[in-house]
Amino acid sequence: MANTLQPLVSGRRNALDWWLRERVWPSPFHILLSFATLALVVPICVKIANWAIFDAVFVSTGPESCRDAVGACWAVIAEKHRVILFGLYPFDEQWRPTLAVAIYLITVIVTLTPRFWSLRLLVPLWTIAVFVIGALMYGGIGPLRIVPTTEWGGLALTMIMFSGTVILGFPIAVLLALGRRSHLALLRSVSVVLIETLRGVPLITILFVAVNVFPLFLPAGTNVDKLLRVTIGIAIFFACYQAETIRGGLQAVPEGQYEAAKALGLRYWQMTGRIILPQALRIAFPAIMNHVIAAMKNTSFVMIIGLFDILTATTAVMQDPVWRKYYVEAYTFAGFVYFAFGFALSIYARLMERRMNKGYVS
Amino acid sequence: MSALANHVEEARQAPSLAVSIQGLCKWYGSVQVLHDVDLEVATGEKIVICGPSGSGKSTLIRCINGLESHHAGRIVANGVELDGRTRGLEAIRREVGMVFQSFNLFPHLTILENLTIAPMLVRGTRRREAEALAMNYLERVHIPEQARKFPLQLSGGQQQRVAIARALCMQPKIMLFDEPTSALDPEMIKEVLDVMLELADTGMTMLVVTHEMGFARTVADRVVFMADGRKVEEGAPNRIFDHPQTERAHAFFRQVLKH
Repeated sequence: MANTLQPLVSGRRNALDWWLRERVWPSPFHILLSFATLALVVPICVKIANWAIFDAVFVSTGPESCRDAVGACWAVIAEKHRVILFGLYPFDEQWRPTLAVAIYLITVIVTLTPRFWSLRLLVPLWTIAVFVIGALMYGGIGPLRIVPTTEWGGLALTMIMFSGTVILGFPIAVLLALGRRSHLALLRSVSVVLIETLRGVPLITILFVAVNVFPLFLPAGTNVDKLLRVTIGIAIFFACYQAETIRGGLQAVPEGQYEAAKALGLRYWQMTGRIILPQALRIAFPAIMNHVIAAMKNTSFVMIIGLFDILTATTAVMQDPVWRKYYVEAYTFAGFVYFAFGFALSIYARLMERRMNKGYVS
Repeated sequence: MSALANHVEEARQAPSLAVSIQGLCKWYGSVQVLHDVDLEVATGEKIVICGPSGSGKSTLIRCINGLESHHAGRIVANGVELDGRTRGLEAIRREVGMVFQSFNLFPHLTILENLTIAPMLVRGTRRREAEALAMNYLERVHIPEQARKFPLQLSGGQQQRVAIARALCMQPKIMLFDEPTSALDPEMIKEVLDVMLELADTGMTMLVVTHEMGFARTVADRVVFMADGRKVEEGAPNRIFDHPQTERAHAFFRQVLKH
């Protein structure tokens, strides 16, 4: 009964017919189940839609705009988006982080496009991007006045920390994974100790170490920027987790691949870079992307140590007595920003997986 | 200066003897897998090594290019001694090609890239030249039309022929074959053996671990019979197959030559 063949002849009508018959009401019990699911989902969706769209206030006309609203008060976003997106960054200078984020997004999009994958392009691109973004954010060049990193905030800060984490952390992760599989005893011990220690402590501990403990070990008078310390801390934490996923990929590459590469005369780094890692990273790719997405969201931990990322900024908005009752809307917005980036990464990961599987299916 | 000196040294020793193995011993833990093996292979000579499984024949040829390390004895290949120093190992691997039982093509690279990667990285050949060389060898193994495909899209026999071409692209002086047809379906064995026969006709020095006795009879100058990590017997194929001197060889060849 539930096993009529999927129609080979394509055609929208046939396919829809088949889908309804096989996937929606193949038997009385399934009809019941479908309706039960609908009965559960529909009211929830209706309620959310009413709150978020139909009864919501979108336009801000001042503090009083949401007084009579039954649904969501999106006016709070219109009113406070500057703080949420830019944090404490001086109001009149906020075109600078806007431009920085735009440059950043363009750089990332170029980097993620396979057609542009050559170090000859990407290394100069990132060097220029980092320099320009740094100059824009920090200033001190030409007419740009200096904005210290303690005043950076919001989305720009989240992105800086996230990319810093991945760009610094990924090479460290690869080296740790290789180190852990090395024949050299000392190298292996160092890798194992580092990975196991840092995986064993919570991220918050690492943040506190970066902020409070690390400066104690610096010679008096020297000062490493707090944002930099924190980003390096998160990057190393990320690297230790990522190292283990990469090691999983390395272990799945057959011994014969190493032997063939060696027999052809390839040296260690040639073999690793051209033969082993490409295969290992392909195998570990879904898990790698998992950690990358988690790393993006982990940047929100810096709230605890007083860096003004997008989540901290949202919390700060809620200090305003006029708007504080609309915290659900504000956090929903912040959540949506995270979701947009996380989902974009997921879609990208899926595209990449399809691309990497070329040659593995006949 | 020292590179030049090395080169001259290599050329001077080079070699009517392609491979010279003396007193080779190897252990896995406490188990001795090679007992005092001696073997000399002249340039252009074709040697077939056979014997029951676990006899150490694969281990022996894997020692020649340093995929396995040995614990005692001496190996000189193409005039370079394998003494545990990296430089000697690299010098040997550049000149000694190897074909594996399980092909070991690089699945993420196209056939053409499989063939060009080593010449480009190891010999510093330019891409254009490396590709021309690769196409030349693909024609010699009769599959130039597969150049743009990926390894897993090819049949086992085709993959093994690509693997042979890949090794030849390094233009080695010596070729090692480690049971090259053991993982193949019967109808594919012939296409691989044919390619090896053609290669033998070019005068290549070959050491082949195989159970293909027909191939051994046609191609081999000498057959080495191994058992329990020892070289038990060696001689011309017809002599050793038809009149083995030892009981061990007699029993083995009676089994494998029965059909």
